[in-house]
Amino acid sequence: MHHQDIPLEVVQDIYTRVLRIRRFEEEVGRLFRQGQLPGFVHLYIGEEAVAAGVCAALTDADTIISTHRGHGHVIAKGGDLKRMMAELFGKATGYCKGKGGSMHIADFDIGMLGAIGIVGGGMPISVGAGLSAWYTGSERVSVCFFGDGAANEGSFHESLNLASTLTLPVIFVCENNQYGEFTPALHAMNITDIADRAAGYGIPGLVADGTDAFEMYRLTKTAVERARGGGGPTLIEAKTHRRGSHAEGEEAFLGGQKYRSDEEMAAAQAKDPLLLLHTYVSENDILPAAKLETLDAEITQSVAEAVDAARDGPSPEVESLFEDLWV
Amino acid sequence: MPRKTYVAAIQEALAEEMRRDDRVFLIGEDVRIGVFPSTRGLHAEFGDKRVIDTPISELAVAGAGIGAAVTGLRPIVDLMFGTFLYLAFDQIANQAGAMRYMYGGQTKVPLVFMVQNGAGSSAGHHHSQAVHQFFMNMPQIKVILPSSPYDGKGLLKSAIRDDNPVIFLHSLSLGGKRGEVPSDEYLVPIGVADVKRSGSDVTISAVGPTVYTALEAAEELATEGLEAEVIDLRSLSPWDKQTVLESVAKTGRFVAVDESFPTCSAASEWAATVAEEAFADLKAPVQRVTNADVPMPFSPVLEKAVLPSAADVVAAARKTLT
Ligand SMILES: Cc1ncc(C[n+]2csc(CCOP(=O)(O)OP(=O)(O)O)c2C)c(N)n1
Ligand SMILES: [Mg+2]
Repeated sequence: MHHQDIPLEVVQDIYTRVLRIRRFEEEVGRLFRQGQLPGFVHLYIGEEAVAAGVCAALTDADTIISTHRGHGHVIAKGGDLKRMMAELFGKATGYCKGKGGSMHIADFDIGMLGAIGIVGGGMPISVGAGLSAWYTGSERVSVCFFGDGAANEGSFHESLNLASTLTLPVIFVCENNQYGEFTPALHAMNITDIADRAAGYGIPGLVADGTDAFEMYRLTKTAVERARGGGGPTLIEAKTHRRGSHAEGEEAFLGGQKYRSDEEMAAAQAKDPLLLLHTYVSENDILPAAKLETLDAEITQSVAEAVDAARDGPSPEVESLFEDLWV
Repeated sequence: MPRKTYVAAIQEALAEEMRRDDRVFLIGEDVRIGVFPSTRGLHAEFGDKRVIDTPISELAVAGAGIGAAVTGLRPIVDLMFGTFLYLAFDQIANQAGAMRYMYGGQTKVPLVFMVQNGAGSSAGHHHSQAVHQFFMNMPQIKVILPSSPYDGKGLLKSAIRDDNPVIFLHSLSLGGKRGEVPSDEYLVPIGVADVKRSGSDVTISAVGPTVYTALEAAEELATEGLEAEVIDLRSLSPWDKQTVLESVAKTGRFVAVDESFPTCSAASEWAATVAEEAFADLKAPVQRVTNADVPMPFSPVLEKAVLPSAADVVAAARKTLT
């Protein structure tokens, strides 16, 4: 891990994004355990370096598409914690007026084109966002986040090929957290690097350490330059870990069945992206300890405010069922 | 009789049929660990070959089921949520249902697609839709949506023994529901309805979770002195027209209740059939009670408002009586 080629303000920015995601997700986990949130939630803890590093290399105009595990992507792209939390509570003050929920948060104003609960469902749409950038001569690039599991859907293969043949500015970011639900990625494909699949579509396939936010930033910058320069799509595979459950509440649901070993969990803990980042910036005197503490306090405070606002916010009126229909 | 959950009843049906016929096997995502507990424990008994975990590739898995079926096996393809059937649409609509007919009767497709159907857990649009109506629209696909553990087990066993493609939908909201399930072997035939409550004033047909909505409405109507006959269709394709028409001949009034998008819903089909074939018996226009015509919203208040409620059914029944 190193940051030599990365300006200090970007380092700080990346750190802030990672921490903001972590504190938000920790709180969501607590709220879920307390039975305060309806539906399912899939937390991004352990994978923060991917979204933070990638989004720090994007402009506000660039777009992203996300998955069922989408909170981190929204936050990394600059999403508003209050509107997010309100959406998780199903409140009218949420991003989608309570109609979307955890798996369907979107913020079109910041280029966050939506989280998608169907595995692989976002991939073709990201190609379309790249298509419109190319069509209008825009500098915009389209980033698609998806999991290792999604790489086995037909949509993955069709999307990579389509983006490649049309030379579109799309960056496919595969978050290989080693599992799709309870199935190890290695049981669902006979290759270790999903990035190898890029060759089949004639595009670059890069393997990244997804726990290293700087590396994610660096590789994304390369892919962005290529895309903006008319070079077409790139597949980046981020090797990462999901620290917690597939969906919150998993332990009770699995009734004692285990699918990951203690050693594996301990290894993931040791490679925790926030821990790595914190250690790096502290040990190299990049950001002073006092500053890190203030930052943490500010973020923790803003998450708490988001929760209070969400709780106090109004539930949707039943009449709103028939709003936002055909324009 | 032992009381079991719906999920346990389904698990029993799968195990019994797999014991009975070694051509029967289960394939899908995380069926070994059991994303839905209905497949849990089967891997321990039947091993890797007969309980197959797959990558997340619905189209290929559905198609592989079809290929295995036309070459002599009897697959049960578990695609988890009903909405994931959309990813396998081509294989179901273009292939599974048509192959026998299209190839002039040379083959048969003994295959069960098993999914969770409908809303009730505030999971948002991608995990909360009822999808049965789409498959009713396809010729030569059987569709079943049982409401009780007893019917779940008996109908699933029939589906596995059926020589045609069957979509077996179990309702997300009924998974924990308990009911009597005999220890002795039994089957529930596909295409036969069950009259859950008899009455002479109005016929209410329902399926899956709306059976309970209809029964609740019937209790409410009874307090006003109106006796509703509640019919659980259980099978949607083919469906038991006879039982519905006979009931309407008696009551002269018909309310169709169905958790799905209203246009071309199961309720649409029942209502059209009653209007067509029992017009002379009808004393009032038929009524449909379905979901609101919108995508499934996440917020519990909105989700509840979308779904057919007992109050909606009572109101529809009153409309036929005034
Ligand atoms: C089309 C489809 N199939 C199955 C599912 C159920 N499901 C939800 S998340 C998930 C695992 C996805 O794995 P991966 O893409 O690796 O993402 P991760 O959860 O690891 O972030 C599955 C199978 C789904 N939502 N959509
Ligand atoms: Mg994964």
